[in-house]
Amino acid sequence: MSITIYVPCDSSAISLGADRVAMAIAKEAEKRGMAIELIRNGSRGLFWLEPLVEVVTEEGRLAYGPVQVGDVASLFDANFIQGGSHSLFLGLTEELDYLKKQERLTFARIGKTDPVNLDDYISNDGYRGLGNALKLPQTNIVKTVTDSGLRGRGGAAFPTGIKWNTVLNTPSEQKYIICNADEGDSGTFSDRMVMEGDPFVLIEGMTIAGLAVGATQGYIYLRVEYPHAHKALNSAIEKAYQAGYLGDDILGSGKAFHLEVRLGAGAYICGEETSLMESLEGKRGLVRFKPPLPAISGLFGKPTVVNNVISLASVPIILDKGGDFYRDFGMGRSRGTLPLQLAGNIKHAGLVELAFGLTLRELLYDFGGGSASGRPIKAVQVGGPLGAYLPESQFDTPLDYEAFAAIWAVLGHGGVVAFDDTVDMAEMARYSMEFCAIESCGKCTPCRIGSTRGAEVMDEIIKGQELNKNIPLLRDLCNTLLNGSLCALGGMTPYPVLSALNHFPEDFGLDDKANAA
Amino acid sequence: MTESSLMQATVQEIISTLKNKPGALLPILHGVQNALGYVPAESVPAISKALNLSRAEVHGVISFYHYFRDTPPGNHTIHLCRAESCQAMGGKQLEDHVKTRLGIDFHETTADGKFTLEPIYCLGNCACSPAMQIDDEIYGRVSANSFDAAINETEELA
Repeated sequence: MSITIYVPCDSSAISLGADRVAMAIAKEAEKRGMAIELIRNGSRGLFWLEPLVEVVTEEGRLAYGPVQVGDVASLFDANFIQGGSHSLFLGLTEELDYLKKQERLTFARIGKTDPVNLDDYISNDGYRGLGNALKLPQTNIVKTVTDSGLRGRGGAAFPTGIKWNTVLNTPSEQKYIICNADEGDSGTFSDRMVMEGDPFVLIEGMTIAGLAVGATQGYIYLRVEYPHAHKALNSAIEKAYQAGYLGDDILGSGKAFHLEVRLGAGAYICGEETSLMESLEGKRGLVRFKPPLPAISGLFGKPTVVNNVISLASVPIILDKGGDFYRDFGMGRSRGTLPLQLAGNIKHAGLVELAFGLTLRELLYDFGGGSASGRPIKAVQVGGPLGAYLPESQFDTPLDYEAFAAIWAVLGHGGVVAFDDTVDMAEMARYSMEFCAIESCGKCTPCRIGSTRGAEVMDEIIKGQELNKNIPLLRDLCNTLLNGSLCALGGMTPYPVLSALNHFPEDFGLDDKANAA
Repeated sequence: MTESSLMQATVQEIISTLKNKPGALLPILHGVQNALGYVPAESVPAISKALNLSRAEVHGVISFYHYFRDTPPGNHTIHLCRAESCQAMGGKQLEDHVKTRLGIDFHETTADGKFTLEPIYCLGNCACSPAMQIDDEIYGRVSANSFDAAINETEELA
């Protein structure tokens, strides 16, 4: 029987030594005269176990981890290729509790397949959604997506089907599909995992979007910080072209869709859709006024769908299994699943895809296992650098767009960053202002000037200077940013700042919550 | 060819391959920076001419994006993450160590020209914080010790 071994090629796994482990396994096998097939898969998203090495046995795929180069010889000695016992033995991968408790729809294939192997993709339900879409009239593709209840996973949670419908109904000889892969939110990495671990699912989702609205050109605007994703996407796109899944005549349907990856250049603001389009057009990433909506006048002035990676990567399964299938997951108006990313000071950091509705506490403790340092979790920032900090008293909030909005917080792109009790929330508030100052595009005054003034006020507050004057000043400034900014960067920087102040006034030198108000 | 004319030839070649793409400026700037390590001020006139833009417009784009640089970097560029997740795992202490060890601040290059230090706001490696990148190599759960080891290893390879 041939021996198949999986070692992830995900960049987080690589950052923990996966490339070296893969090389060591290949060398050791050669030394022992064993023929093995080494496949570089995506990551299962259980990062405390990475590099997670899997071997294919008759029982199924068995996992060992975290494997370091020094462990490789002993794994071979223990006959791990037949599931031999070893201190790093974890059992059947699919039975790992963290994985078994999840509901993986968008991430169904990630970690199982070779990301850039088209045959592997197709034999694991790939391109079934496109197959169905090719048989449907455009309005029915859009209706299926609308019926699924899918809302934009980039953070704004706008209904995807409604956006598509606007583009479909705007006549134009040229329309565009843009995938926003500028995953700049700190604490998030689900887009990266999709692009590195299953690039074909994104390509398929974009192709379906193109068919649905009548767009023949797609762009993936990828952040330059993701070189591994860049390679995987380009490799997958080339294979899709060769096999007729992209090009002028998709699978003989006579319909065209072309796709190209474009790199950003380290500007956080280019994750904002209008700034992203300016950047794609070769300009400074200045935010545009809205209206006009991108769906009516977007890239090069043409009707444009701009969707996040996860939104587009969720489309193939919706077209494969139907809108109802997807809508049956979730709660309230948050339908389907959300790939959550557990990060920061957390014991079991990783990717958790689940239907909406789980509480933050369940996520942090049942999945995350509490803090990495073993100290109490003091605060959690949900939804990236513009998301609110939540104190322990709000950990029972269900992960749902509306439930988060009700407590003046956001789910955003699903990033969850935990901090233990050593964090100084005034320092975090200062950092939020500084980050806004560094990343502001400079077009509107509240964001451009307000962020710098905000960092200065925070410096004084941290020094304990004139709190009775500076705290109201900070609140006033946040009010200006909140109501006067052109886009979410200036408009939401007050979320982390004010939530830190409201929930942790003691870190700002204030005695109690009443004084902070 | 002199260094300068070699540079201009490289830039011209990149321009002619990419200039017909819609929105060609960023792809061209990436091409130039990939080839030369930075976007020299001397390349701006050729780029602006090819795209029918003013030099000010091209300069404006170069200066807008953090990634593009108009001076040559050191032999190796270290991108150290400053974002929240890394801060939650001791990123600030690591930052202090890195700056002391290299004897430079952010946006600076060591006197021997070996290392340039740049801040970065998220490498998407938040489950393995704190994170950094040395050239194309990504590192997770970086400690003062593992940073020193990575630096020594990079120096030996050079």
